[in-house]
Amino acid sequence: MTFAPIFFELFVLALGMLMLLLESFSVKEDRKIFAVIGIIGLAIVLLFLQVSVPGPSGMASYVVDSAAIFFKKVVVLTTIVVLIMSIDYSETIRRFLPGGSSQSGLGEFFALPVLTCAGMMWMSSAIDFILIFVSLELVTISFYVLVAYMRRNAASLEAGVKYLILSALSTGFTVYGITWIYGVTRQTNLIQIEHVLPSIPLDNQPGVLFGALLVLVGLGFKIAAAPFQFWVPDVYQGAPTPITAFLSVGSKSVGFIVLLRVVQAFQSLPAVGDRLITAVILLAAATLLYGNLAALPQTNFKRLLAYSSIGHAGYLLMAVAGIGALDSGQAVVVYLAAYLLMTLLSFLVLVIVSVHGEGDDIVHFNGLAKRSPLLAFGLLVAMMSLAGVPLTAGFLGKFLVFKVAFETRQFLLLALGIITVGCGFYFYLKVVKAMYWQPPAVNLAAIPVSKLSLVAIVIMVLLIFVLGIFPQVALGLMPTG
Amino acid sequence: MNFLVHLIYLSPLVAGVGIILGLPARRTAVTAAVIAIISALIVFIGYDRATGGYQFASFLPLVADWDLNFAAGVDGLSATLLLLTSIVALAAVWLAPKVDEGEHRYYACILLIAAGAAGAFASLDLFFFYAFHELALIPTFLMIGIWGSGNRQGAAWKITIYLSIGSIILLVGLIGLYLLPSPEQRTFNIVKLQQLASSGAFSGPGSRSVYFLLLLGFGILVSLFPFHTWAPQAYASAPVPVTMLHAGVLKKFGLYGLLRVALPLMPEAARHWAWLLLILLAGNILYVGLATISQKQLDLTLAYSSVMHMGYIFLGIASYNVIGLNGAALLMFAHGLSIAALFAMCGELRKQTGTLNYLDLGGLATNMPRLSFAFGLATFASIGLPGFANFASELLVFFGAFKNSTPGAGFNEFQIVGTIALWGLVISAVYMLRAYRAIFMGERQARWQTVKDMPLSLGWAVILLIAALLVVGIAPRTVLDAVEPGIRLFVK
Repeated sequence: MTFAPIFFELFVLALGMLMLLLESFSVKEDRKIFAVIGIIGLAIVLLFLQVSVPGPSGMASYVVDSAAIFFKKVVVLTTIVVLIMSIDYSETIRRFLPGGSSQSGLGEFFALPVLTCAGMMWMSSAIDFILIFVSLELVTISFYVLVAYMRRNAASLEAGVKYLILSALSTGFTVYGITWIYGVTRQTNLIQIEHVLPSIPLDNQPGVLFGALLVLVGLGFKIAAAPFQFWVPDVYQGAPTPITAFLSVGSKSVGFIVLLRVVQAFQSLPAVGDRLITAVILLAAATLLYGNLAALPQTNFKRLLAYSSIGHAGYLLMAVAGIGALDSGQAVVVYLAAYLLMTLLSFLVLVIVSVHGEGDDIVHFNGLAKRSPLLAFGLLVAMMSLAGVPLTAGFLGKFLVFKVAFETRQFLLLALGIITVGCGFYFYLKVVKAMYWQPPAVNLAAIPVSKLSLVAIVIMVLLIFVLGIFPQVALGLMPTG
Repeated sequence: MNFLVHLIYLSPLVAGVGIILGLPARRTAVTAAVIAIISALIVFIGYDRATGGYQFASFLPLVADWDLNFAAGVDGLSATLLLLTSIVALAAVWLAPKVDEGEHRYYACILLIAAGAAGAFASLDLFFFYAFHELALIPTFLMIGIWGSGNRQGAAWKITIYLSIGSIILLVGLIGLYLLPSPEQRTFNIVKLQQLASSGAFSGPGSRSVYFLLLLGFGILVSLFPFHTWAPQAYASAPVPVTMLHAGVLKKFGLYGLLRVALPLMPEAARHWAWLLLILLAGNILYVGLATISQKQLDLTLAYSSVMHMGYIFLGIASYNVIGLNGAALLMFAHGLSIAALFAMCGELRKQTGTLNYLDLGGLATNMPRLSFAFGLATFASIGLPGFANFASELLVFFGAFKNSTPGAGFNEFQIVGTIALWGLVISAVYMLRAYRAIFMGERQARWQTVKDMPLSLGWAVILLIAALLVVGIAPRTVLDAVEPGIRLFVK
């Protein structure tokens, strides 16, 4: 079935506006109802996305290819899970909000992710630097608000300020890069750029390369690649947990599709394309090492997930660096699908445990297997998948990435990959150790889990195994070519 | 009849999941282990030795583009190892102690380890061959960490990190292997891979590096010197059923991988790297052997001895002729049974006395006539005395090593290492007999007067293991006839 292009984005945008409007006209209702409205609306979009097929969009700056549809599904699904988490998390949010009524300010917390979602969906389809930039800003500005949402919490405010300053800086890099590319090619459209590039004068090649590298730096901030990862640990730890999950999955995913499209466009001119690949390889190496080594000593689970998200960006960059291989795009897609499931599952369990416990350090997970076997098992599966144990989705992702790297002879990255996977086993299993080996600190009762969260956990656990055992399901997400 | 092969690994797998979901732990586990051993016996006996090749094979295509199938089937080698797996698994489940807290997790983990090993041996597809083996990794981590003894947390970390790095190296090697043939020939199907090998698809440049990666990866998993340090500590700390399964069965995965994948596909590279393997395996036999002698505790002695014995199997593999490879395959089977029996009884000693230190023990044969007799038999098997399968297999390994000579050319590296390996027999006699003397003979200390003989449940498990050793020891042809056709396919 085909829909008019940008139908989905408009629908999601309208949904977010509707939620805001309803919020301002309702006084007494429990604000959680807005989250439920958002979840239902997005679920409808997801259903329609499921049956939509790639086709011409009729617009030069906007494509509806299989990658775009896949990434739209990713962001919609992520937003749904983020809203589920937000419901569980709303007590914590409320504690850190000023305001007279017990409900004030919560409505926006549920509406803003929906608007962000619209921006991310736009970004998945954007093939024009202008549209990429605009949708990027829509996403980033919503995040400014969301990250600093807990206004009476110093850590959240600090995270907000850090994110604001560094995001603005990275945006600056991106825009400056785009202007250089425009200056040489007279184009902002990626397809046009790909056409024009082979015919540009030799003297202008450094200019294009410079521009492309600047764009790479800007995107490096978004996907949390080293050495542009400074903001990640503090922002991830300080932000409200559902927003951290949103940042680490949604923001990263769309960052990667833009990166893929940009790197692909510059392959038409080998002199620039090859250097760009070299830069990506260096980024991947630094990111792999930094993310995984720095994660080793972490004792806070949220911070651990922040470093782990940097580490996974490294594996994804490995796949991007192998863009010469036929299934490089497929590897990115499958890896992201796996990453989405396992990261969201970890955050979901983290939200539930931290709201009912004292905090989000790893010690707060001590003895979870005895308190709540189901939550512990869910997190065990997530950790196994993140570490890359076979028969889980995470392994399939790593397998594909390593395959692409081997095919394109990235032996340095392969060697680093071996070391970092070993590190990963250590720090992910630290959480497993806390849950299964250690006794609970005090004899705490079982943690209550809402039905909605329970369903989400079970579905994600099942999906992790299904993707891991039946690779064709994952590969069908985006056919090669 | 093809479903029987699936039953061998699916019954423990399904039972493990079922136990997590709430089925009664012990009853389900024993039932699953019995189903597995019956299926494995039928497959082993029903395997047509005259025809050879892969039998009971079934393929379920998963990814057509890569030729990735969910495929299971056996040849003689894998039928033998599946039999070994199911025997040891049944013994391990049978003698598992009463667990007060988390019994479900305990049994589920044992079954998942067994299912991982069995699945790897039954798989005819590289992807699942690898995946099944790693299925055992996390259960092992949990088991050692929760129910282990001594420095259990350190041991659990060490084995898990070591094996995960070994596995990921192996994964890169297997990906390299998959990418060696030209794009249209690529396949994960082990049967097709072996057919491709005859057309020289794996002899091009790069095959030596890929073989090196495989040797390294498989070697780490088998505790090849100097990558053996994970094993002693882990085996000494792990709960008895885990040690039995890991030392007895799971560790054979790496050797099986060499025999199933690395050697048949890349014979030229295997010969090229034989020198390296010879040096390292000499380290296993001599260095680890001497380290074993210096141990002061039974659990560590057994753990080191199991590392040492891998040296003989590697010797059979390195010699790369029919006799040597036959010996290696038979020794895998024999060692798996004997080490499992020894660890089972070692666990009982620990339970009864609370110590395994030689200085504290002594004279226990008075209290434990049955256990000391059975332990003596297992000791003899481990040393390699005639009558046990270990004897037949070690003899074949030595013949295999010495056969690699050119008449009149004098001693070559195979004979030198073979001679060193012969000294290993003396070394293992020294440490095993010393252990036996220290524990069962001599003066009994007053505090051991109340020690009881082994319970019946352990007795049955040990009888099962030793009986299998004796049967194959007296009639090694039962296994060799099954194994040999497969080996003759790739060794001229």
